[in-house]
Amino acid sequence: MRTFAVVVELGRRSVRQTFRRPQLMAPLLIIPTLLLAVQSAGAGRAVDLPGFPPVESFFDFLLAGAMVQAALLAGNSGGIAMAIDIEMGFTDRLLAAPIPRFAIVAGRLAGTAAVGAVIAVWFLAIGVVFGATIEEGVLGALVMIVLVMLAALAFGTLGAALALRTGSASVVQGTFPLVFVILFLSTAFFPDDLLLEPAQTIAQVNPLSFVVTAVRDPVISEWSMGELAAGLAATLLIGAVGLWLCSAALKRRLRMG
Amino acid sequence: MPAIEVSNLQRAFSAEVLAVAGIDLEVAEGEIYAFLGPNGAGKTTTVRMLTTLLRPTGGTARVAGFDVVDEPAAVRSAIGVALQEAALDPLMTGRELIRMQATLHGIARDEGRRRADDLLRRVGLTEAGDRRVGTYSGGMKRRLDLASSLVHEPRVLFLDEPTTGLDPVSRKSIWEEVEALNREGTTVFLTTQYLEEADQLADRVGIIAKGRIVAEDTPTALKTQVGKPRMEIVLAKGERSDCVDVLGGFGELLPPKDGKLMLEVAEGAAAIAPVVRALDEAGIVVESLDVVEPTLDDVFVDKTGQHLEGAEPGEPDTGEEAAAG
Repeated sequence: MRTFAVVVELGRRSVRQTFRRPQLMAPLLIIPTLLLAVQSAGAGRAVDLPGFPPVESFFDFLLAGAMVQAALLAGNSGGIAMAIDIEMGFTDRLLAAPIPRFAIVAGRLAGTAAVGAVIAVWFLAIGVVFGATIEEGVLGALVMIVLVMLAALAFGTLGAALALRTGSASVVQGTFPLVFVILFLSTAFFPDDLLLEPAQTIAQVNPLSFVVTAVRDPVISEWSMGELAAGLAATLLIGAVGLWLCSAALKRRLRMG
Repeated sequence: MPAIEVSNLQRAFSAEVLAVAGIDLEVAEGEIYAFLGPNGAGKTTTVRMLTTLLRPTGGTARVAGFDVVDEPAAVRSAIGVALQEAALDPLMTGRELIRMQATLHGIARDEGRRRADDLLRRVGLTEAGDRRVGTYSGGMKRRLDLASSLVHEPRVLFLDEPTTGLDPVSRKSIWEEVEALNREGTTVFLTTQYLEEADQLADRVGIIAKGRIVAEDTPTALKTQVGKPRMEIVLAKGERSDCVDVLGGFGELLPPKDGKLMLEVAEGAAAIAPVVRALDEAGIVVESLDVVEPTLDDVFVDKTGQHLEGAEPGEPDTGEEAAAG
């Protein structure tokens, strides 16, 4: 119970930190929103290409990609914030308190997941305003919010692991462009059938593609439990790898002092 | 039971870098113990080991009765820590920080809120409590850091260079707070590179250099070890041979330095009046007269052959000054 209270408190601080530091919050919403606007306006006729899945509009197709992109950036931002904590000695304050070590990481991830929920709501609102229809209705929207939260949490483990390993905000920030490489090598912005090799093969095995497809599913078609399960499994895989890396990095950091 | 008990404590960062090379010390309950030394002497590494932030590579340490390696959680519950450079989140408010610290120590929400109010009042930050820490001055940050370290009423308080970089007024306010805490029964272990801070606050001082304690005692006893106070006298009309006879009765005359007569006087400033009177009666006119007390820097020089950083070489700790015409 006490550990739960600590995780909630640290999660709350993490959310406050994200909202109070514009350089952490702005990229999460502004960059994916701009990309969504530019791509859907500029390449809207992509839906007419042979092989493109049946969708109302390219905007509908891209909405999930923008959400997952923002969730990826939230994970990166969480890592940057954690590295800043390490750099300024704030992590030492937490380590000197009688709390389990994992609570420090869990608190940060709880905050990242909460930011993920904010992101999902933001893009759902944009979607509704600009005419997207959520085929699966309110329940579908709720599932999307949960999936984006979980995706942000999973990506957050990778950011946290990098922060714990390097202790450097600039190194974590340096991985920012990687987010776009990973995204463009997935089905976030284009169906894999229309990608050229080797991007097509990479997109077909990229866990991010499964996450995006699961988030997209309630918008463009009827439920597919298989796609939902695959999305959750991919999220779980990313989270598990990230947690394992976090654990190793935290142990190393504690050993080195 | 001592509040801190350390035996042959060591920390190596590599085969070549031994930051702490075997420290033994004991701090009694209710004592203020100052660790005095220059940057890189091993002060912070020692504090990090005693506060469980760093695992020792040798020796043992018990804090508040608990082993720092085997019972780290119990140690963390018993101690308060204010680390170097006030590790505060500039985006939080002072009140948020103390309340968060209360939660970290398992204090219920309402009680945490009450203690935050009390502590902010105690360190004079009630009005600034809802402002972000980023807007605080250096002194305010240190006071907030101190307040947050007290939220769970620790038995032992570790302060790592609590006044480094502060102006004299802020420094004095921190000293007053540390003294008040100590009067209430809190054991304080502080590191400092300021001679005056160790002298003013500490019941006992450990001087650390190159990872080893080179001297340890009360400030007065340490200073006594390196010599008695000396009187530096400048005569108005050059040297007079009979002044040696007059001054010889008050203590040992040391070789003159920079035109000053040097007289070692065990009584220190108390010897000024009789010396001035005797010189006056002998018709010897004095231009200036200083009593110079040994400083902890003198102790540091005596033990290590180097001056402490921040202490001006040769800068005396002048107790009293008098001039006769």
